[in-house]
Amino acid sequence: MQTLAATNGSSSSRDLRSLARAIRVDVIQMIHSAKSSHIGSCLSIVDILAVLYGRILRIDPASVKCPDRDRFILSKGHACAAVYAVLAELGFFPKSWLATFYKDGSPLPGHITHYGIPGVEVSTGSLGHGLPLACGMALAGKRQGRPYRVFAILSDGECDEGSTLEAMLFAGHHKLDNLVAVVDYNKIQSIGRVSEVLDLHPFADKWIACRWAVSEVDGHDIAALERAFTEASLQKDAPTCIIAHTIKGKGISFMEDKLLWHYRAPDEQELQKALEELLYC
Amino acid sequence: MRTAFVRTLLELAGQNQRITLVVGDLGFGVVDKFAEEYPAQFVNAGVAEQNMTGIAAGMALCGKIVFTYSIANFPTLRCIEQIRNDVCYHNANVKIVSVGGGLAYGALGISHHATEDIAMMRVLPNMTVIAPGDPLEAELATQALVANDGPAYLRLGRAGEPRVHDRAVDFQIGKAIQLSNGRDVTLVATGTMLYTTMQVAERLSRDGIHARVLSMHTIKPLDTDALLRAVQETHAVITLEEHSISGGLGSAVAECLAELPDVRVPFKRLGLPPKFTSLVGSHEYLKSSYALTLDGILNSVFDVIDSSVRRKPVLSEPVNHHIHLTEEVCDL
Repeated sequence: MQTLAATNGSSSSRDLRSLARAIRVDVIQMIHSAKSSHIGSCLSIVDILAVLYGRILRIDPASVKCPDRDRFILSKGHACAAVYAVLAELGFFPKSWLATFYKDGSPLPGHITHYGIPGVEVSTGSLGHGLPLACGMALAGKRQGRPYRVFAILSDGECDEGSTLEAMLFAGHHKLDNLVAVVDYNKIQSIGRVSEVLDLHPFADKWIACRWAVSEVDGHDIAALERAFTEASLQKDAPTCIIAHTIKGKGISFMEDKLLWHYRAPDEQELQKALEELLYC
Repeated sequence: MRTAFVRTLLELAGQNQRITLVVGDLGFGVVDKFAEEYPAQFVNAGVAEQNMTGIAAGMALCGKIVFTYSIANFPTLRCIEQIRNDVCYHNANVKIVSVGGGLAYGALGISHHATEDIAMMRVLPNMTVIAPGDPLEAELATQALVANDGPAYLRLGRAGEPRVHDRAVDFQIGKAIQLSNGRDVTLVATGTMLYTTMQVAERLSRDGIHARVLSMHTIKPLDTDALLRAVQETHAVITLEEHSISGGLGSAVAECLAELPDVRVPFKRLGLPPKFTSLVGSHEYLKSSYALTLDGILNSVFDVIDSSVRRKPVLSEPVNHHIHLTEEVCDL
């Protein structure tokens, strides 16, 4: 049986910050070039992705179908540009693909797809699908005695979905301690603030009530994220939920915490300003 | 049929640990034995069909052969987007099983009438759709689904359906089973209509009308070769299904026939009208109300076939006489 090491297991926090910066640069250029949406949603999960892909996930670009690989699911499929970027940065496919994002004939559509993209486990795009899929993968892994873990990043908005709540109940009941859900809690959903549209507060209590082990972290604090992921699954017989408090548009001052950047693509001037800001972060 | 299905799956599960049965908290007295004998291959997902289908896809993507199981519209319509995106788009090895296809749950009402499910399942890419005609076909279909990778929908009757096949049959996904070799009219039946269709054929033969009966257990992929032979060798084609005439077997056959070059054949879809019923009653009562019992179907068949033939006394010689077919009933 092939043994997989965590990706770039030796990378330091500084390396992870560099990876995060590289993903942000890619994402901003991709969305500017594509004139597509969801830049804020991408930027809020960049640091989580950097830690997961840079330190935690046991995956290998040279062996993307290894049965014991960790599984990663982007349930908020609209933030795909960030995942495409990290996969390209780590060599799952050529970086040249990124410039084609969203364009005619590109392999990279505007919601994440497994089809033809090495390293992507499942396609999503309609919200509320990722956690049930992750539960199935986790249950199969436990029953097969395989050592992998399953990670899923959810948006806060998709916690409105009944299917997400169904899966929360299921994972707790079945004691899926090889499952880690990360909620990108940036507090802005499609057309309003979470607190105004359909409030999730008290959010941690909902997961705890479904028998999950819950930790709350600053979703942009690399060291805190590393700790949370390392400690995840330490509690036997319970799935882990990491509520990552994030800022939509994180890293670009004029995009941060603004609903507008769920939809808007940066123009040329905004692109240059954003890239300048990233040089100094 | 559900008994044949579960019995078969139980046998197969003992030989193949990849087989997993995921139920949506239904199957009282039906799935218990499976759950007891193979707990590591059984999941009750609770009353949560979206999650049931999502976890089925997730397990299938990790190597399992997963059967989801519920009744009526719950494993299909309730979670159709999970079926489309999670199962079909990933070409996941998930077999969706519904018990009570059609009006089997009779008096339980509209929520429990699965009358549009074939239509909705058959339009999904990568999906195979099978409605076995009797318990033996249900058994053989279950075996075939385990042997063939990919998404599928298995639409079963409820329980106690009579056996139509009196001996082993050659069951292949996508190949109709021809049960009688008449040349006057072809009766294409799917699922629970097969037994009644055989009764119809037998009664027609008393009037000297020899029907060809096709058990079209697989609605998708449709056996277009068998249909082509039917239009070339017989004088009319009639479809029979316990499903809306909109989108089901009749529509699938109509699509096929309409695109055949230089072929024009009287054609009729027998099934349920595409509307909700206010009628309350048993399975038989409802089928009778929709002219899907023996007499009702005979009348419909006679409407397709020239009345002069209908009134002829039972003939002693084998019927090779010419049958006049009315033009106006052609639905194409």
